[in-house]
Amino acid sequence: MNEIFRKIVLTGAATLLLGAGLSPAAFAASRDSISIVGSSTVYPFATVVAEKFGKTSRFKTPKIESTGTGGGMKLFCAGIGVQHPDITNASRRIKKSEFDQCRENGVQDIIEVKIGYDGIVLANSKKSPVMEISRKEIFLALAKEVPDPGGAEKVVPNPYKTWQEINPALPAVKIEVLGPPPTSGTRDAFTELAMEGGAKTFPWIKALEKKDKNEYKKICNTVREDGGYVEAGENDNLIIQKLEANPRAFGVFGFSYLDQNIDKIQGSVVDGKQPTFEAIADGEYKLARPLYFYVKKDHVSVIPGMTEFLSAFSSEGAWGPDGYLADKGLIPMPTAERKAFAADVQNLNILKGL
Amino acid sequence: MSQQKISTIELVNKGLAKRYRAEKRFRLIGLGAIVLSLTFLAILFATITFNGYTAFQQTWLELTIFFDPQMLDAKNLRQADYDGLVKKSLRDNFPEVSGRSQKKDLYTLVSSGAAYKLQDMVVADTGIIGTTRQVWVPASDDVDMLIKGNIDRSQPESDRQLKDIQLAWIDQLVKEGRLAKRFNLAFFTAGDSREPELAGIFGATIGSAYMLLITLLLSFPVGVATAVYLEEFAKRNRWTDLVEVNINNLAAVPSIVFGLLGLAVFLNFFGLPRSSPLVGGLVMTLMTLPTIIIASRIALQSVPPSIREAALGIGASKMQTVIHHVLPLALPGMLTGTIIGMGRALGESAPLLMIGMVAFIVDIPGSLTDSATALPVQIYLWADCPEQAFMERTSAAIMVLLAFLVLMNGTAVLLRNRFERRW
Repeated sequence: MNEIFRKIVLTGAATLLLGAGLSPAAFAASRDSISIVGSSTVYPFATVVAEKFGKTSRFKTPKIESTGTGGGMKLFCAGIGVQHPDITNASRRIKKSEFDQCRENGVQDIIEVKIGYDGIVLANSKKSPVMEISRKEIFLALAKEVPDPGGAEKVVPNPYKTWQEINPALPAVKIEVLGPPPTSGTRDAFTELAMEGGAKTFPWIKALEKKDKNEYKKICNTVREDGGYVEAGENDNLIIQKLEANPRAFGVFGFSYLDQNIDKIQGSVVDGKQPTFEAIADGEYKLARPLYFYVKKDHVSVIPGMTEFLSAFSSEGAWGPDGYLADKGLIPMPTAERKAFAADVQNLNILKGL
Repeated sequence: MSQQKISTIELVNKGLAKRYRAEKRFRLIGLGAIVLSLTFLAILFATITFNGYTAFQQTWLELTIFFDPQMLDAKNLRQADYDGLVKKSLRDNFPEVSGRSQKKDLYTLVSSGAAYKLQDMVVADTGIIGTTRQVWVPASDDVDMLIKGNIDRSQPESDRQLKDIQLAWIDQLVKEGRLAKRFNLAFFTAGDSREPELAGIFGATIGSAYMLLITLLLSFPVGVATAVYLEEFAKRNRWTDLVEVNINNLAAVPSIVFGLLGLAVFLNFFGLPRSSPLVGGLVMTLMTLPTIIIASRIALQSVPPSIREAALGIGASKMQTVIHHVLPLALPGMLTGTIIGMGRALGESAPLLMIGMVAFIVDIPGSLTDSATALPVQIYLWADCPEQAFMERTSAAIMVLLAFLVLMNGTAVLLRNRFERRW
């Protein structure tokens, strides 16, 4: 029995020692690796750069957290200092409110870097035919309230049950679209690009944008909740598996997932353009959004390897048309744009305001 | 009249068959429940194993590499163009390849890990510069998927990850014996990677191990001490009631709340390093403490009062009674509670999101304050990657997690049995 007692006392003592080591002073303010947070859409690209950087330079591999764009901004804007991240990834541009928040907390100088584009695809199983659809039809199929089919300038609850009811050329199957939940950046981009883009084709809705912004946003961005749009979670692989199991359903996700699963699924033709690498890069395929990362200028000279990491990310070998990020599904920017942003990175040009 | 004729024994005999049937039914239902749950478990294990076992093998490719002294600057070996060496070797192997796009197709057969491997070789032994060697390097994930039969050759070229010409090259390499499957050692020794063929589970395993170590060291002694005090020494009054209610409430709090608490207290107030297993362990300690306290108290309650009375009766002090007699008897039950708590801590990922452990971390954590991730987090991150090859790795990682769990529980059961035998 004494033995057990001794053991308990020993573990207790060890615990106390450990507790003593926890005093805040034990962690002197220093960090030898870059800390990155932010969007889960940019994550697959940033991680490739980070890994390559870690293996080919004398610096440690940057740590990249997948927190989502909004969560990343919050962490990023919390302040200056090694306990705060150096870079945040974003699948949309920084908002005015976030920018102000940053300034309030002393993060004055932010460098904005656009890294390329990400296409959003509407796809279905290869077992079914390819659908050709316009943004207007996407809006009519997925909005909660749609313009009165009778022609009056008012909205009615979405009456369409099958694709064919919207346009006789579309298939006669039930509208069933699997997509990300509202917390996702992909969902934001989809509603903005596809649905808002489609809603604008109605002149009176377009006019509403000036008159009643809130009503306009409500019509454009509210997705139907009667089963036509199914929130399938943040995991795009899961959506693809469900599409395989149900050839009548469509899914909404990022282009890189289509690219990696072309043996199972096919992208729908939107406004006459197929979602191919080239069409997105040329800007012909309309459902594409820019991806960014934001850097704290004050950290560049403090954290080892920042300058080198930034130049690695903005090198042609990484984000160029033949770079390794393109292999991972990132759509490169046009040459002039790449040059402009590379120069911004080089000279640490800060974001003046929004 | 007729009722009087039936004796008790007859009455019993009459109903006996019915009662036997009822008992048989009851037993069958119980058996059925076990069979059902075992079937589900078997299906789960079978799917995971079926999906994941291929990840334990990896396709490798043999290249003839000339370590060109002109390309390898002895002063700057880390920045040298190792990719260039790999590409040159590929071009030499397939001299008929020409044109930019064809060359690019050829280069994608080899993993980007090949260059890292050459780099390691040169850095380890600069003597090989200037020589020609046969080097086995990892093939790209697409080649690996083809060899493992996950890419359908019969599909049209546009629907495949690999083009016809690439298939021809691969077939040629297979014929020459330059392409082969090997045991995937990297999976067990490497950290995370964005290239499936280079990604490993070791970093996450170490992260989980560190975290559980902290959790065990903190939560077991604290939990047991709390339980002993509350059960054996504390007077029953309003304060102990309050403490008890709070402990029971804490056990039911969703785990993400502990993550938020960890963020507010350990990261923001104490300033501990983000993403470190130290903070993860502390959060998990908070989470497992109530479980351990409750289990330990039940274990203490189940020790018969006669033991305590006997000890006190022959003159032992209260403390001697508890430490010499009650605690050893209750220890097996306490250990069971600890196993349950630790098992939960091992499988938890939600609170880790808040303290920054859901992250891409390549380097293997070397200390408690290094950035680390944990096994369930690694599974979650891989499950979300677009590359097909990550699918099998996800399943393989689940297998590793289960093995870890079995190992941990096995040790605990072993310990428990030893303590049980002592008394």
